[in-house]
Amino acid sequence: MMKENIQASEDKNEDNWQGVVRDWSADKQTFDMPWGKLMMWIFLLSDTFIFSIFLTGYMNVRMSAMDSWPNASEVFALTIAGHHIPLVLIAIMTFVLITSSGTMAMAVNYAYRGDKKRTVYFMAATALLGALFVGMQAFEWTKLIVDEGIRPWGNPMGAAQFGAAFFMITGFHGMHVSAGVIYLAVVARKVARGDYENKGYHIVEITGLYWHFVDLVWVFIFAFFYLW
Amino acid sequence: MNESHVQAQAQQGGQQHPISLYLKVWLLLFVLSTLSYMVDYFQLQGMLRWSLILIFMFLKAGFILAIFMHVSWERIALKLVLFLPPLAILLLIVLMAIEGDYTFVNRLLSFLSS
Repeated sequence: MMKENIQASEDKNEDNWQGVVRDWSADKQTFDMPWGKLMMWIFLLSDTFIFSIFLTGYMNVRMSAMDSWPNASEVFALTIAGHHIPLVLIAIMTFVLITSSGTMAMAVNYAYRGDKKRTVYFMAATALLGALFVGMQAFEWTKLIVDEGIRPWGNPMGAAQFGAAFFMITGFHGMHVSAGVIYLAVVARKVARGDYENKGYHIVEITGLYWHFVDLVWVFIFAFFYLW
Repeated sequence: MNESHVQAQAQQGGQQHPISLYLKVWLLLFVLSTLSYMVDYFQLQGMLRWSLILIFMFLKAGFILAIFMHVSWERIALKLVLFLPPLAILLLIVLMAIEGDYTFVNRLLSFLSS
């Protein structure tokens, strides 16, 4: 009996190729995690495909454009207190999003520790930073549309495809951030009300997966759209 | 992590890691972002710019996935689900890069001949 128990626990911890075969072929649930978490991963995988296809399409039009591509470093420059700083707004947006990822990770940590109050505080902080990000994006869009005359079909600085790619990619990402802020606010409220007292706090980790993914996508947009 | 935390984790089956780990990754992401911003600020060009941008990008993406999204502690079965399908995206990127060059050369030829 004792020996069987030890054998069973070794099987559970076995995480190699034999473990993969066993996970898939044994008479049990393949993925040892809550349904919601697995479904969030599948959703994020599908989102990975959508964002990748946007970025790949952008790469394709940029490579085949005859006009010169606008210099992102200059397009997104700001003049602050008389100093002309290239790309500064995007840099600040990046720091805000990374910081929100950090607070989200802390929220997940405190949720599993059962510290309800801190979980709610950190989720609220994450949502606020997300809202700040969207606000800065609204400022960025306004500046580009009103001051610089950039449209989805053209712009005064060069290749017409720039506007289409820019509004498509950052718009879709901004929509994800906005949806994430609402999602965080809803879950934080439910945590505060004590809805998960008996069910467990996996929901916070699942919300966190979504939020970190939004940050992850921004890493790629930052590299390919703003730094290229 | 003390004994009661370990028990709480066992009961919930959740991810439980020391907060200092998250803080370190957070700081690291900050530093990496600053470095990739510096690449643009100092206007590095050519292969140096590209390799630095890609290195910092993959490091950041890796830390977010591995630590913040807890992929490091997941079983291989899930990692396969997450990382095998995106290989198809790599193929798409290669194909579209070839296609982009082809379109560009054709436009150039038709522009020159007209």
